[in-house]
Amino acid sequence: MTYPARVFFLGGLLSYRALFNWLTPWILVPTFLVAPIFQILLFAYIGRSANLESDEFYVIGNALQYTSLPCLFAMANMLGDERWSQTLGILLSSPASRLALFLGRSLPVILNGALVGAFGFVAGSLILDVHVPASAFAPLALVIVVTAVSCTGLGLVNGAIGLRVRESAVSSNIVFGLLLVLCGVNVPLDELPSWMETIGRALPLTHGIEAARELADGARLADVGGLIATEAAIGLVWAVIGCTLLRFLEVEARRRATLESS
Amino acid sequence: MRTARLLVVGWVLQLKTMMRSAFNGALSVVWPLFFATTAFFMYRAGRDEHTLLYASLGASVMGIWSATSTSASSVLQRERRHGTLELLAGAPTNFAFVLLPISIAMSTVGLYSMVATLLWGRLVFGIDMHLVHPLLFVLAIPVTIASVGALGFLLSVAYARYRSAWALGNSLEYPVWLICGFLVPLALLPSWVGPISWLLAPTFGVRAIREAALGGAPLDDLLACASLGIAYFAVGILLAETVLRMARKTAALQLS
Repeated sequence: MTYPARVFFLGGLLSYRALFNWLTPWILVPTFLVAPIFQILLFAYIGRSANLESDEFYVIGNALQYTSLPCLFAMANMLGDERWSQTLGILLSSPASRLALFLGRSLPVILNGALVGAFGFVAGSLILDVHVPASAFAPLALVIVVTAVSCTGLGLVNGAIGLRVRESAVSSNIVFGLLLVLCGVNVPLDELPSWMETIGRALPLTHGIEAARELADGARLADVGGLIATEAAIGLVWAVIGCTLLRFLEVEARRRATLESS
Repeated sequence: MRTARLLVVGWVLQLKTMMRSAFNGALSVVWPLFFATTAFFMYRAGRDEHTLLYASLGASVMGIWSATSTSASSVLQRERRHGTLELLAGAPTNFAFVLLPISIAMSTVGLYSMVATLLWGRLVFGIDMHLVHPLLFVLAIPVTIASVGALGFLLSVAYARYRSAWALGNSLEYPVWLICGFLVPLALLPSWVGPISWLLAPTFGVRAIREAALGGAPLDDLLACASLGIAYFAVGILLAETVLRMARKTAALQLS
């Protein structure tokens, strides 16, 4: 295995295992399995109370939004936890390729995000008796994976913020909340003010959710190809911004000697 | 008198400590606002002014529970991490009286969120509110905060043996919002949810606040809310004694 590939795969895997203390289910089950179900139920019942949309609308919107949770938190914590365990300086003084270092850490996160989204979708559909045609399962799985990739791109930006801000969990929560409001998760985009809709269309999730809803309503994969491609492209743009910001803030932190003090 | 002083000083000190972090303070205001905003948009899209008002009052109480559920559940873990848990447990005062003001201070921080949500609803969504019983409305707020704080205290003791208590507390945030009728009328939920919600003080707290604001008889709900708060505290004292005795016996207070 080449050196950058080793940093990419093994470094990413080791970092991921350390990230959420995976060996204990006390964190995994409440955070990734219980919370999405209750968010789906909360908004599905608000939707029923407001007579707005069908349960399917909320199951898809909230399940996909939950793919962003591990993507945002893991990418921010990857730096915050290194600082906490006093290994951030060592990590960033190593000659390892930054691209391999940070993208390697994002690979398990993408898988995690996709699994959380898929679980939320299946569990929400079963609990609320939402029927989706079997032919839509595979395309929906693809949409969930693309959405997780896209959210991880945004997560890289959030991770970069972790180089400047100590409370990275707070910034992750805030970005998660913004996605909830702006991406058409629970409110149809045309019901939002136009400026919010414009911002939402530049964020990950929005096009993924739209594609998933169309697939659940019977559209074919080819019909939503444009939406999926847009979702992937938006994720790529955010990832490039994230990597650039990470590099810039790393250089800044070295120059100002603020790596540990921020 | 000494106990009253302990409760007040503990509450004030904890409030001061929590207010040191502007970032955390901002989150406790902003986090429930995301959900309130979404709910406001949903109810507004539903074109029903009355439900928007109903949601606004419920959403304002969401922040009190948000400020309590995660942080109160993990209060012992935090003291453990700071290295102060043994000092608190070894103090000659009752351990429960040390923990209670901490969790009530946490729910008090939710007051910021409550005010912010009501202002947000008024300024951004034009939700106009005329208080039918202003005095009872003002009374209902501290009673709800204290009862929610007592529930947080009970959680903190119940989760004493778990290092990952924050995750357990965090997972209770949405369920309580849902089954206590913060944003959705309880009548819409399955009937088996009713008895569970009656065991939770926030159910009666939010109902008292709503009835005081919109008109109704909030006193019964206020009494129920306060009684449940006292019951949580009584159960918490017994549990704290048992947990502390077990931890001392097995030298497991540090969980390490």
